[in-house]
Amino acid sequence: MAYLKLDFITLSDCMAEKIVRFLFVFLMISGVGNLYAAEPVAEASETSSEHSNNHGKEKFDAGKMIIEHVIDSHEWHIAEIGETAISVPLPIILWDNGSLVMFSSSKFHHGHDSYKGYRLMSEEPYKGKIVKVTTGADGQEVVNSELPLDLSITKTAFALLFSTILLSLIFISVASAYKRREGQAPSGLQSLLEPLILFVRDDIAKSSIGHHYEKFTPFLLTVFFFILINNLLGLIPIFPGGANVTGNIAVTGVLALFTFSLTTISGNKGYWKHIFNAPGVPWWLKLPIPLMPVVELVGVFTKPFVLMVRLFANITAGHIIILGFMSLIFIFGNMAPGAGYGASLVSVPFAIFMGLLEFLVAFIQAYVFTLLSAIYFGMATEESHH
Amino acid sequence: MELVSPGIGLIFWMVVSFSILLFVLTRFAWKPIMKMIKERETSIDEALKAASKARQEMEGLQADHQKLIDEAKEERDGILKEARKLREKMLDDSREKALVEYNRMLDQAREAIENEKKAAITELRNEVATLSIEIAEKLMRQKMSEAEKQDSFVRKLIDEVKIN
Repeated sequence: MAYLKLDFITLSDCMAEKIVRFLFVFLMISGVGNLYAAEPVAEASETSSEHSNNHGKEKFDAGKMIIEHVIDSHEWHIAEIGETAISVPLPIILWDNGSLVMFSSSKFHHGHDSYKGYRLMSEEPYKGKIVKVTTGADGQEVVNSELPLDLSITKTAFALLFSTILLSLIFISVASAYKRREGQAPSGLQSLLEPLILFVRDDIAKSSIGHHYEKFTPFLLTVFFFILINNLLGLIPIFPGGANVTGNIAVTGVLALFTFSLTTISGNKGYWKHIFNAPGVPWWLKLPIPLMPVVELVGVFTKPFVLMVRLFANITAGHIIILGFMSLIFIFGNMAPGAGYGASLVSVPFAIFMGLLEFLVAFIQAYVFTLLSAIYFGMATEESHH
Repeated sequence: MELVSPGIGLIFWMVVSFSILLFVLTRFAWKPIMKMIKERETSIDEALKAASKARQEMEGLQADHQKLIDEAKEERDGILKEARKLREKMLDDSREKALVEYNRMLDQAREAIENEKKAAITELRNEVATLSIEIAEKLMRQKMSEAEKQDSFVRKLIDEVKIN
């Protein structure tokens, strides 16, 4: 039964992943292409608008909008009504040559102003980065090429801290429910989460790792629920949800790094022997040129790398697709208002469908990341049968 | 490119917050939860084992019970059989005894009747003898009222004796 379930999930996961990856690649190409294609247009419109002094008629750029929504930012932009942007200012923390600088991101006025000699750039090559500026002799600001270390609580970092606190509150309350209701059937939140906890313990940890599963269960549970809650929060479009936490390569990279470190630390003799002197492999694949050891060693690093990319790509792709459907409405709306309303009839159901698919992917990706981590731990701690 | 280039700040915050989360959840959530779940599982396991043991014991008890009932039934049947036998024997005995008594009494009665009969016969005989003597006496007296008649009769008697 467990195998059947597992097979089904991996199968559907593969399919979903393939579809999502395909769409991701497709939209990345079209979106990024659009971005680059649109840039001169935007510039052109900006220059022309400067002349005509007509800010309201800024052309809608789908690629720019989508990328701005899925990447990190220094303020939490919620909506724009007319000229005024509604956004939550976030703290800027900079480490600049041994001194700590902290101020609110609202001081930048959405990138229009510089503050304390720092400026949030909105153009390449320092797009989205905070740079040090000095006022030159001619009154023009000159960008210092040495960037300060940016430790700001960005949108993603804020959502990360929020979900961390949320997770701690949820599971500490569940733990206290276990203590309070000792020897009784679970209830409420506890009964909602217990099947998931047991699923991670029995079907992921126990079945993939074996004897030593208890050592890794806390990490697997944390990773599973961290990814799950951030995936789900990412599907909620309003503050404090909607940040693309698990679709950020830094976040998935650190998660993969944790898995990699744990695998490497807990790797036993058999694991290392399998890498450097794999049993059952002809000697000539190892001796003059260490072909197999090199392949195996590369594999050690590609495993966490794949973990990182898979989660990042799946979640970002989902966000991009939903945003793409939303963009369609405005692209058509720019042509003619009626076309925009017409497009919404198609886009909204598709976006809802994608939302539901993302809901499924939220669980699947949490499961896949946890399962693969567990499998790597299992490989690292496997007892040799030879 | 911004999409796939990780920010240093975010890596820093992720490492910090995830480490803290891992520590806090391990210490305050997973350990107690896992402990409680395990305890509950063992208690359920034990309860199930105890239940199956109790069922087995119950079955054993029932078997014992059945055996006891069977034994009791057998004993009851035995007792009843014996009682029936005893009753029959008693009936037979008393019937025999009664018959013997009856026969004895019958014999006694018969004997008594015989004796009575004999006594009555004897008495009757005696009575008849006395009566006939009296009658004879009376007859004699009447007949022997005359001397010659007496004489002739004596003579006749002597004659009779002489012949004999």
